[in-house]
Amino acid sequence: MKVSSGKRGDVVRADCFVEVINRPGSPNKIVLKSKVKALFGKSIEELVQKMLAFYEINGVEVLVEDSGALPFALAARIEKAFQKYSRSSKQFVFDMLPENQYTIPGNRYRRSRLYIPGNNPKMMVNAGIYGSDAIILDLEDSVSPEKKEEARILVRNALCQIDFKGAERMVRINQLPAGLTDLEYIVPYNVHTVLIPKCELPEQVIQVAEKIQQISAGNNSVYLMPIIESALGVEKAYQIATASPSIVALAIGLEDYTADLGVQRTTQATESFYARSRIVNAARAAGIQPIDSVFSDFENGEKVLNAAHESKAMGFAGMGCIHPVQVEWVNRGFSPSGKEIEKAQKIVLAFEKAQKEGRAVVAIGSKMVDPPVVKRALKTVNDALVFGLIEKEWRSLYEN
Amino acid sequence: MKTKLIQNAAGRWVPEIVNGRQTIPFKGVGKYKPTAKKYAPAISSCADFPADGNKLVSSLKVALVKAGLADGMTISTHHHFRNGDLIANQVFDIAKELGVKNLVWFPSASFPCHEHLIPYLEDGTIHHVEGSMNGPLGRFASEGKMKGMAVLRSHGGRYQAIQDGEVKIDIAVIAAPTADFFGNATGDRGDAACGLLGFALADSQYAEKVIVATDNLVPFPCVPWQIQGNYVDYVVQVEKIGIPEKIVSGTTRITKSPDRLYIARLTAEFCNATGLIYDGFSFQVGAGGTSLSIGLYFQDILRKTGRKARFIRAGSNKYAVKMLEEGLTDYILDGQTFDLEGVRSMRENANHVNTSPFTSYNYHGKGNFAQLVDVVILGATEVDLNFNANVVTHSDGYMLHGIGGWQNCLFSKCVILPVPLFRDRIPVVVDEVTTLCGPGELIDVIVTERGIAINPKRIDLIEKAKRTNLPVRTIRELKEEAEKICGQPEKPTLTDKIIGVVKWVDGTVIDSIKQVKT
Repeated sequence: MKVSSGKRGDVVRADCFVEVINRPGSPNKIVLKSKVKALFGKSIEELVQKMLAFYEINGVEVLVEDSGALPFALAARIEKAFQKYSRSSKQFVFDMLPENQYTIPGNRYRRSRLYIPGNNPKMMVNAGIYGSDAIILDLEDSVSPEKKEEARILVRNALCQIDFKGAERMVRINQLPAGLTDLEYIVPYNVHTVLIPKCELPEQVIQVAEKIQQISAGNNSVYLMPIIESALGVEKAYQIATASPSIVALAIGLEDYTADLGVQRTTQATESFYARSRIVNAARAAGIQPIDSVFSDFENGEKVLNAAHESKAMGFAGMGCIHPVQVEWVNRGFSPSGKEIEKAQKIVLAFEKAQKEGRAVVAIGSKMVDPPVVKRALKTVNDALVFGLIEKEWRSLYEN
Repeated sequence: MKTKLIQNAAGRWVPEIVNGRQTIPFKGVGKYKPTAKKYAPAISSCADFPADGNKLVSSLKVALVKAGLADGMTISTHHHFRNGDLIANQVFDIAKELGVKNLVWFPSASFPCHEHLIPYLEDGTIHHVEGSMNGPLGRFASEGKMKGMAVLRSHGGRYQAIQDGEVKIDIAVIAAPTADFFGNATGDRGDAACGLLGFALADSQYAEKVIVATDNLVPFPCVPWQIQGNYVDYVVQVEKIGIPEKIVSGTTRITKSPDRLYIARLTAEFCNATGLIYDGFSFQVGAGGTSLSIGLYFQDILRKTGRKARFIRAGSNKYAVKMLEEGLTDYILDGQTFDLEGVRSMRENANHVNTSPFTSYNYHGKGNFAQLVDVVILGATEVDLNFNANVVTHSDGYMLHGIGGWQNCLFSKCVILPVPLFRDRIPVVVDEVTTLCGPGELIDVIVTERGIAINPKRIDLIEKAKRTNLPVRTIRELKEEAEKICGQPEKPTLTDKIIGVVKWVDGTVIDSIKQVKT
């Protein structure tokens, strides 16, 4: 009998391949081929020993072909191979890093969300350094069907062991019912937000919410973000958006949506204008954030920036990033510009002055400013503060 | 016999005797200044050479025999064709055929294509290599299989060693893309054009015998001449001297790695925010993917601010050429061309100037160009808490890279090493480098994807960086983060046998390399 998990080959980096071979009657043997053997050989063998004991496996040869995997990835690959060998569903879980135990408010800004393939440990390690507001560990489209189980374990280990530097910790689960099993691997490990793909009916959201409730024994603080990716989903947008109080945002996925319509996705995006408007309106009506699809060009930063500007102008609160280089541009596109901030600051100062003087009417010079304009200016200044674009003491620049 | 070790000024233990010769341990940066006269080869007389100037002989073998190829000689070749070199291997095929033993190979650099020479190292045709040991040759030597010790020098250090007589070249074989029968030769034209022949300059002047091999013989005169025929003994016409496509190595493409792009962006932002990129500044970036991306970010900054560089020191490639042609720099001072665009530009553009290790790097010159460069971007396999850096060995002890011009570039005004904090699981910022190649006092800034560490000696840069949003951290913080992610590495198992030494730019020994236990 022989079982395996993980990845091998010349192009594989920071990952490993684990094979367990039945050797009845012999003591356990570990064969380690690793390009970091001189530096980490002992610690890798210790990990294998510890996990052999955990899974109570005897009489095997364990082959580890390691291309420089970090411990969270090594353990994930070993766990899957050992689970297969011992037909066990026991989980070998690392402690949670203390810095991974933060919470975030449901209405936190979500300008950029960076997709990280759920079975790619190398890309996970540095996911937090690019400054995206959220990181999505993706179990759905970026993981091939035969790797789904391995990816669940890897994503769980990443949630425990990788510091995402304060980003919102998101996981995109598989379509139901597989997605419900995914939840068992992520809900206990401080996932902030679960993305539900290809959502077409409010019942799907309810199923996810109930499963989370069950796993967390009623102690549920996981947010939901359904993704609408079909014509039917668009028609049901408002019902989906209001299906659960845990929903904080509603997203649209345009690759699948345009496929559903039978049209090409274009840069002008006229084919999806209706759907995107509908999502924006449904989300705002439900009091949650509308979130735009991903933009596929990552070679040209200016194009990403334009797309983000247009998306923001339509009413979206953020969009997806398929490559880390997009993050900077998307964040910029969804942040207020220097001119907008300056204008807003002047309005806020005039508003504060009027309040102090007990006047109901806000005016700049001889020009009156309407209340909704004041409201928007307050939000702009607040956003600029949150995104670190202005100093806390910005008012001092306008004194004298 | 066990080699006696002495501790040098950097605290490293180095052998007193290397390949039978007494050496001088490293004394500190700028401390060692030899006072003797420079070395010179034997006097030659025109009367000994063909009256009609025709120095053609029928084959490389005939030339080597005429040059007196014999046991124990030092033979030099050059790396203008990088991994596309076809001459060095042929030279030693001939030596083997003639039964010559114990040669010293003195290349300006070696490449994976020279794996062909390993059987000659095994059978005693070649005793040892003095020069960079890339890939397979480095692995061979690291495992203690080479008879003599490897001697690693920088490009400038190679010139220094030739000039002060530390290395006496018996026969230099210069592969030339174009030459005439007199021996005038150039690298900027011909089917195998590789740019320039600067690395062969010292060899042409100081070797006892000089052979020029070419596959493009032109009628006298070969103009321009980068190598002067007056230094040349024999000229050989061969079918093919090199594969020009292979002078482009894999490292001359822009990186696609998001981490490296991020490091490149951070480096460029640092340079911009601390005022290093001023109108009329100069810079040098290496050939690695990250360095090339930094060059692109520099271009953006120059375009946006309307500034231009006075000169780029290169390693030229299509990106540098574009800057020259777009007017973003006045000159390229080129030491080696990394792609065919660089070759074309050097041939066509008078402001794309060919230089040599003498002008750029040599310690025995009266100054050199590398010192004048404002910002230099270099790589490293390891950096330690004292900002010391390693470029020749990996953390597992294997010697896998040459020094190139790296040590010489440390003398420019601001030295920046953009490096990943860890490679897969191997930390790059460490307690102490495995092999010391560059003293920390010459290294100013380390840029990683998780923060920038500035050498405490550079108070000016620290003050400037404070006024920015740049993620400045201490080198110790970076090291601790690397270990937190990767784990604390074990020490590699090495034997006591010294398999190689690293020379400093002045010819002293800065560190030694031990055999890896296999």
